Amino acid sequence: MLHMLKQIAVTGIKTETPPIADEALRASAQRLERAMLAKLGRALVIRQVDAGSCNGCELEIHALCNPYYNLEALGIRFAASPKHADMLLVTGPVTKNMETALKRAWECTPAPKLVVAVGDCGSGCGNSSAIFGESYASSGRVSNVIPVDVAIPGCPPTPLALMQGILTAIDGQAKG
Amino acid sequence: MQLIDQTLDQPLEFEKLPGGLATFRARTDSAGLLAFAAHAKSIGGRFVALWGSDERDRQAGFALHVAFALAEGLALVSLPLPAENPDYPDLAGIFPAANRQQRATFDLLGIRAIGTDCDNRPWLRHANWPADFFPLRRDADASRQFPPQPEDYPFVRVEGDGVHEIPVGPIHAGIIEPGHFRFSIVGERVMRLEQRLGWVHKGIEKRFESLKLHEGYRLAGRISGDSTVTYAWAYCQAAESLSGCAVPLRAQWLRALFLERERVGNHLGDLGYLGNDAALAFGLAQFMRLKEDWLRLNATLFGHRFMMDAIVPGGVSVDLPVGGGETLLAQCSAIEREVRVLKNIYDDHAGLQDRFLTTGRLLPKIASELSVSGLAGRASSQVWDLRQQNPLPPYDMLDVRVATHRNGDVAARVTLRFEEIAESLRLIRDIVAAMPAGELRATLPPAANGAFGVGWIEGWRGDVLVALEADGAGGIRRCHPHDPSWQIWPALEHAIMGNIVPDFPLINKSFNLSYSGVDL
Ligand code: SF4
Repeated sequence: MLHMLKQIAVTGIKTETPPIADEALRASAQRLERAMLAKLGRALVIRQVDAGSCNGCELEIHALCNPYYNLEALGIRFAASPKHADMLLVTGPVTKNMETALKRAWECTPAPKLVVAVGDCGSGCGNSSAIFGESYASSGRVSNVIPVDVAIPGCPPTPLALMQGILTAIDGQAKG
Repeated sequence: MQLIDQTLDQPLEFEKLPGGLATFRARTDSAGLLAFAAHAKSIGGRFVALWGSDERDRQAGFALHVAFALAEGLALVSLPLPAENPDYPDLAGIFPAANRQQRATFDLLGIRAIGTDCDNRPWLRHANWPADFFPLRRDADASRQFPPQPEDYPFVRVEGDGVHEIPVGPIHAGIIEPGHFRFSIVGERVMRLEQRLGWVHKGIEKRFESLKLHEGYRLAGRISGDSTVTYAWAYCQAAESLSGCAVPLRAQWLRALFLERERVGNHLGDLGYLGNDAALAFGLAQFMRLKEDWLRLNATLFGHRFMMDAIVPGGVSVDLPVGGGETLLAQCSAIEREVRVLKNIYDDHAGLQDRFLTTGRLLPKIASELSVSGLAGRASSQVWDLRQQNPLPPYDMLDVRVATHRNGDVAARVTLRFEEIAESLRLIRDIVAAMPAGELRATLPPAANGAFGVGWIEGWRGDVLVALEADGAGGIRRCHPHDPSWQIWPALEHAIMGNIVPDFPLINKSFNLSYSGVDL
């Protein structure tokens, strides 16, 4: 226990003092917080769906929860069920084997039913967008299967790009 | 020449495959394959991978390929099959790990394992393409699309008083890859777990056949994103072997640097999640912070947080920048210090140890029976590590110390990760100190039709194999990538037995297997 308290004391609070000055990150975080309050009036609940990714995109979505990005502190939560989600964060080219499950998750998601397509594969943009192609096994980008609000290219997109993409989706939501 | 010691009536004639690895190939018939498989098992060999190829355009029907790991190296045995009724004997009776790979091979190519008790249920095909469409046949049009169909998969039922079934997935609660798990439980105890995977099957093997040899490394690096360096290296090693390409020395050392950095990055993340799954959120925050520092330095020095596309055919695409060595060494010291503190915290934390010890045990006997390798194998007395046993340069000069444990529980897999981080940090220091100056990349010479090579690399999860054949016109004729998770997934079905359902996430995380890597 003593070790643990010492480690916490030594580490400090990482989100307040990132070692590499990251203005873009700070600005995005603040805008995200404001947009959420203004547009949703409460925390944002995200359901992540891997519809066929190589798992690279998932690594960066995990990173969003690390002390540097600390998405939870901004009031963003990842939910276990689409029934409680405002947003689906979908990765991968949609495989034929996941198409039905993805559609079902989308149907279960209540309004505003925001969909953010993640990665070159999911968004269909960027250098690696055609890496797996469309075939007997893959339906390609997410928008080929369900309507998409925001696309975040990158292979995988950095945590910062993910935050900005999520923000764009919330920002756009009031207009819709 | 008999390069592999065999006490068989009719020993197979193995030829050495091109390239720096100890890899050998023989052709045989059904009886020869069965005899060799039994022999391999009797001398402590391990079943590595099984796949097939369509040779009908060469008037040679189909072929089955089976790879075994022996003390001498990798022994690849190929079996020609007729164009009509391409059947071969079920190998799962000798090596149970063959089961799923045989089923996947049938789904993709239509060559079938035959035998009493042979499991012929589909594996990758979830009724979303017709049963008579075999995508890996050379005349199958990959671009054909079929409407998704509902599927009624025959799970094995557990009979008995008070047995309940809990189906989970394919979409899980949490940010993880999709898969279906069916638990049969009595009270809270798991009697049986049956997995159904294949959900993220993207058609990767067929896709390879539309690519040039020199461009396939990008697809290989996206088979399992968490192992992008491992796969890219295995692919490039295969391409370089079959075309006779000599990789510049500096590039070899940089590859090892990338591979060890991939190992440390993944282990750091896993240790965080393992703490978290045992109710120590503190561990998650600390380790994820260290992992983030690690990934950021990858981006700063090598241009990508996971070093995707850093390994390319003929060498590497990025150099260590001037002064980068010192930065790497400084980070090694910082991470080493912090991990040591965290290890003490994990070791002393009664609640954590209580959750880790004896939970999710994979007994050495079962690990061996199921051909388990990699980290999961080493935690259950299976001493396999290519960096030590079949080393590519520069590992032949690094003398990797392989850590192993006997208990096979979550605790053993946690401890092993701590030990492997320490060893990788030592290796990174040695690599930085010894890295020679020189070129980064050689050109890949042209390869003849049928030129064949393998790459076999010890990634953080275990050994990744890539078997590659050229088409003679600059393209890929066939590429089969193999992830160690194929063997470890069935081991997880054993490790969970007798444990309580709420411990499943912890046990699953302690293995941390790839879905994408096996679904392909
Ligand atoms: S975008 Fe890149 S990292 Fe994400 S799933 Fe596709 S290949 Fe993997």
